[in-house]
Amino acid sequence: MLIEHAIASFFASAAFGIIFQAPRNTLIKCGLVGMIGWVIYISLVWEDVDSVPATLTASFVIAIVSQMLARIYKTPMIVFSVAGIIPLVPGSLAYDAMRSFVQNDYSLAISIAAKAFMISGAIAFGLVFSEVINQIQKKVRKTKTQVR
Amino acid sequence: MERTEDLIELCLLIGKMMMQNGAETYRVEDTMTRIAQSFGRDEAQSYVTPTGIVFTISPGAPAKLVRISDRATNLEKVKLANNVSRNITSGDMSIQEAYKELRKIETSPTDYTMLMQIIAATLASGFFSIMFEGSWYDFLPACIAGGLGFIALINFIRLFEIKFVAEFIASLMIGFTAFSLFSLGIGEEVDKVVVGAVMPLVPGLLITNAVRDLMAGHLISGLAKGAEAFLTAFAIGAGIAVMFSLF
Repeated sequence: MLIEHAIASFFASAAFGIIFQAPRNTLIKCGLVGMIGWVIYISLVWEDVDSVPATLTASFVIAIVSQMLARIYKTPMIVFSVAGIIPLVPGSLAYDAMRSFVQNDYSLAISIAAKAFMISGAIAFGLVFSEVINQIQKKVRKTKTQVR
Repeated sequence: MERTEDLIELCLLIGKMMMQNGAETYRVEDTMTRIAQSFGRDEAQSYVTPTGIVFTISPGAPAKLVRISDRATNLEKVKLANNVSRNITSGDMSIQEAYKELRKIETSPTDYTMLMQIIAATLASGFFSIMFEGSWYDFLPACIAGGLGFIALINFIRLFEIKFVAEFIASLMIGFTAFSLFSLGIGEEVDKVVVGAVMPLVPGLLITNAVRDLMAGHLISGLAKGAEAFLTAFAIGAGIAVMFSLF
């Protein structure tokens, strides 16, 4: 159920905000960012989208939302994005890979590990991509004021 | 002349604080050079890695170095250091004031008590097992295993200098708790319980920051963070694997 996932991801992300010692007044926002990201990810996966593009989309949205929050509250973006990203991190894949290694099933382990690597790449790419858009926006604004 | 010395000390302190508490590499370099620029030092350069910072105020001047030996994640401190740098660059704060403020932030107690963090890790473990498609029967064992694992982690980190040993023992603890609860009939799928409980230890921030630093051209930082993340993941995996082969 989507509601179940939304509630779980909200509390999980907010709890991670506490573990990473985010400022108190940002905890609810951390939870919301995490919830948005996870709901997007899980609904895409349920629609049979591969988990790599689903992760890419979710992390891109997380970065955009975090950047907006960062600008509004004059707080570094990392405060919001970190807790939001955590649910997307391929922890369960890394675990599966490790377990396959222990069971001597090396070819399965390597392929799961490669998937985990692709997903962490997708997370990073989503973050970088939104940053690039942000920088382009800034440059466009600057040149506009110079033209005037 | 003294003013220059103070400015260098300030830049190094703020850079060290941000790096120790989990800020991104590019943000640390940017902050340091920006503070220097706001005092007319346009040629200041900084070179930041996860284990040390090199900073020079002008091409002829000697370079200064600070060593960063331990890293943690404390976003509150990153935010406060960022506020200080904002105030300096806008001219609202003098160098001395900023230095005092940073020293205060550095020694200030953390916002959350140990107990709150343990409760947070406990709940996070339970909710993660739900998010990984576990059933609600897995919620409680994941909470117990994750909470005990986190307690083990923070206590053993104090005991040993080596972080990876503490992580290994914490994941042994998680594996032991999860598998014993499972053999007592608590929990539906032991895999989901273990995955949820392990999440508070997983170096998610490091993995993502590592790939991001690599993409941004901070190659040394990226590789260093990646190595740290790999060692942590290996410690966790090894701990679980030991328990897996015992049960």
